[in-house]
Amino acid sequence: MEVTIVGIKWDEILITGDPIILGSQIAILLTSLGIIGGLTYLKKWKWLWREWITTVDHKRIGIMYIVAAVLMFFRGGMDGLMMKAQTARPEMSILDSQHYNEVFTAHGVIMILFMAMPFLIGLMNVVIPLQIGARDVAFPQLNALSFWLFFSGAMLFNIAFVVGGAPDAGWTSYFPLAGKEFSPGIGNNYYAISLQIAGLGTLMTGINFIVTILKMRTKGMTLMRMPMFTWTTLITSVIIVAAFPIFTVALALMTFDRLYGTHFFTVAAGGSDMLWANLFWLWGHPEVYIVILPAFGMFSEIISTFSRKQLYGYKSMVVSIVAIAVLSMLVWVHHFYTMGSGALVNSFFSITTMMIAVPTGVKMFNWLFTMRKGRIKMTTAMLWSLAFVPNFVIGGVTGVMLAMGAADYQYHNTLFLVAHFHYVLIPGVVFAVFAGLYYWWPKMFGFMLNEKLGKWHFWLFVIGFNVTFMPMFFLGLNGAVRRAYTYSAESGFAPLFMLSAVGSVILAAGFAVFCYNIYWSIRYADRNISSDPWDARTLEWATSSPVQHYNFAKLPEVKSLDAFWYMKKNNEGITLKDEEIEEIHMPSNSGLPFLMCVAFGIVGFFLIFEWHLLAAVSTVLIIAGLIYRSFDYNDGYHIHKDEIRKTESTWKKMEGKVNNHVS
Amino acid sequence: MSANVNTSLPLEYQTEQSRMNILGFWIFLGAEIVLFATLFSVYGVLYKNYAGGPTHQDIFMMKEVMIQTVLLLTSSFTMGVAIWEMRRNNKKGLIGWFILTLLLGAGFLFMEINEFIHYIHEGATMQTSAFLSSLFVLLGTHGAHVTFGIFWATMVIIQIAKRGLTPVTARKTFIIGLYWHFLDVVWIFIFTFVYLKGMVL
Amino acid sequence: MEKSTERFPLTHVFGFVLSLVLTFVAAWVALEMNLSFTIVMWIIGTLAVIQAGLQLFMFMHMTEGEDGKVNIINIAFMVFCAVVIVVGSIWVLTSGHAAH
Ligand code: HEM
Ligand SMILES: [Cu+2]
Repeated sequence: MEVTIVGIKWDEILITGDPIILGSQIAILLTSLGIIGGLTYLKKWKWLWREWITTVDHKRIGIMYIVAAVLMFFRGGMDGLMMKAQTARPEMSILDSQHYNEVFTAHGVIMILFMAMPFLIGLMNVVIPLQIGARDVAFPQLNALSFWLFFSGAMLFNIAFVVGGAPDAGWTSYFPLAGKEFSPGIGNNYYAISLQIAGLGTLMTGINFIVTILKMRTKGMTLMRMPMFTWTTLITSVIIVAAFPIFTVALALMTFDRLYGTHFFTVAAGGSDMLWANLFWLWGHPEVYIVILPAFGMFSEIISTFSRKQLYGYKSMVVSIVAIAVLSMLVWVHHFYTMGSGALVNSFFSITTMMIAVPTGVKMFNWLFTMRKGRIKMTTAMLWSLAFVPNFVIGGVTGVMLAMGAADYQYHNTLFLVAHFHYVLIPGVVFAVFAGLYYWWPKMFGFMLNEKLGKWHFWLFVIGFNVTFMPMFFLGLNGAVRRAYTYSAESGFAPLFMLSAVGSVILAAGFAVFCYNIYWSIRYADRNISSDPWDARTLEWATSSPVQHYNFAKLPEVKSLDAFWYMKKNNEGITLKDEEIEEIHMPSNSGLPFLMCVAFGIVGFFLIFEWHLLAAVSTVLIIAGLIYRSFDYNDGYHIHKDEIRKTESTWKKMEGKVNNHVS
Repeated sequence: MSANVNTSLPLEYQTEQSRMNILGFWIFLGAEIVLFATLFSVYGVLYKNYAGGPTHQDIFMMKEVMIQTVLLLTSSFTMGVAIWEMRRNNKKGLIGWFILTLLLGAGFLFMEINEFIHYIHEGATMQTSAFLSSLFVLLGTHGAHVTFGIFWATMVIIQIAKRGLTPVTARKTFIIGLYWHFLDVVWIFIFTFVYLKGMVL
Repeated sequence: MEKSTERFPLTHVFGFVLSLVLTFVAAWVALEMNLSFTIVMWIIGTLAVIQAGLQLFMFMHMTEGEDGKVNIINIAFMVFCAVVIVVGSIWVLTSGHAAH
């Protein structure tokens, strides 16, 4: 069939000829058929549409983010294992060089943008409105759109390796390699377009959470009475709004270069390849603070809860995060000292980078002082937080080593750097989201994750992590470069690479226990637990678990920091009197965000394949969605008193007391 | 989210949801500041890389640019008057000034498209040099914002005509007002740092 | 933020005239006067900043309402970021060894 009018080459769409990829294609096909068949057999389509796809409830959106993030962790982790297998012995040939390039690119992009970001944003979604005593976020439908745009981008990126070809220029996609001249296929279009779509969603999330936190706090919750996770989410959102537009522009210019022949980053016609690096890291460095700050917030909550003490140095914590936010905009050049801009530039950025260690150190000591003389409860969530401290310090200290512009000429592009950022990202982000998941799981689902399996998960993962990445520091110092698919036997790297590979298997076993824990807990965990199983301190625990869709029958009133703790100690505001029940206004569900996800997915797909006419025509779908939204005057519905009365009486006896017990 | 209406405030600020939307839009404008700053930084790095192609002085038409500038400045003024009329609860005045604003915006856009066509005739396309890539994308992004604004505003005008001045339509109008003024701010910087600077190089 | 009662949009007319004056002065300084490049850039740059402030305060009423303070912090921080992005990029990419 000749369809030359739109210039489609049908035979280039599906990637053929590679057994691993063929296997994946078959697996993807079977899984999709399985899901579709299962949903049809169980007659769950309507349920899926009504309860999840069209939902605007922040808790459900949060859960969808988290589910997607766990799946992406699996995908990114498989990529990591493939790389570890390939480099376990010298001159291995599991992956060839091109394939290795594609795998580390996919791994980096997926882990940062489709695992860390949605995991954190998911937990933010679940927790923040509850922590500030609100009934939803400021713009519930926009929130759903954020999720669906993220989902659209993530799905586009994930099909790359079976449809059309995977991007292979690294998660940084440096020019000139990423340009049309050196990467003529469509693989790198996937990078430009899918990250653009997901990034739009993230920007909207940032705006949404700033407004939510500034405008929707319950009575009495002044800024300085906000829980620390709320504070870090606020500041993270500010950094998102300040940094993501830079990425939007950079990706758009990349798209122009690749699709329309402009000369922003090309070698020819006066373009500047380092301009790409500059823009990428202008966004990229703040991005690492976007993923680390919410994690800091979660650790703060968890450490304070399980030390059974108020967070030490609350004010200095707030000052530190604000300082980190400002400094995070001033350090980007430390990623390309070796460009050689000059002594003045490199010195300036060395100093600003080292300065970040100061507020970060303040936070470290605050956590330690919070634990000091506390009656520490060794729950799984707490274990993750405890392990975070020393492991993150290793990442931080090696970071200060890398901050030295002159010394970086030695470390640059080696596995030392790879070890460094994994020591920051894994203890900082992954430990945090695991800790957060164990901690808030009962809030989300009304039962706990198994603590015993949790401890297996914890120990395997932490030991595996250290065995995997500690050797990489030494490999890097010995001169092993990053992004190299193999090495010779004479290099002497073999033993440490082997050790590292063994570590990654232990780490993977930890992840497997985690998955099993989810399965086990869904099937067997005790459903009859208190709504406050950890004897916690903040408002999300003042309502039922799982949380009723309107969050609070009566919005709580805050009298001090750790509001719920105060309420419990003084027995204030916990009971609900019948006359306090009022009708509650809630936003209606909407299918539009999901349809926009489909529309963006279609337009994005056509752009990736450079089918310009089809892309232009299908943009009509997006415009139609915007017009529909503009004329949509649906402003929600009211929940009647009877329904609230019924819901509330099922989880607490009117005028009764909250039970505190750990199952 | 409740329909708690505070009638002592101007219409667009009366509900809590409206106040949140307006604040959210201000924050969005913060993002737009960064977006345009990034485009300016790209232009600032590449603006002398002519690669043997046309230079600023070869292609700029200052008289047309002055007219464009006056059109946009005037439209910002008429937008302000439209909002002022809205606060006097004068629906007719609002719609009149609003439509005038859009006409001025359309005039600006018409001239910008002509300018682009002129450049292309001079052999200055987006693909010619890094300077021209950055010029076209900076101007084009601003122009695309104006275009989007015109369509968006048209829809809101229809809603005002159909529903009258309500807290919701007033809020939508007010937000477009912010957007429109902001585009004027961006243009001031384009006028200064692209056109005038290009002429004194 | 008051419901306007006056019969004539005085501040708007005033702001409009001022912005026209600033624009034409900038054009005149840049195109008609024979000053050095640096001096011209300082003058017209300052005029642009003044005019932007004029739009923000006189037309957009940035400080009005219960969130006026938030707006100021928001815009100030984003302008700070904007300056860092523009000045920083140009400095990093066109100074030192990058210059030759
Ligand atoms: C789960 C276990 C993980 C393993 C086994 C692993 C392993 C690896 C390996 C082997 C590389 C490539 C080294 C090279 O040859 O250059 C790599 C790169 C990378 N990893 Fe991981 N990693 C893991 C988790 C993570 C996480 C959680 C993140 C982020 C949140 C992350 C982010 C990155 C990034 C950004 C790169 C650089 C990709 C590039 O060079 O473009 N990794 N990882
Ligand atoms: Cu950095």
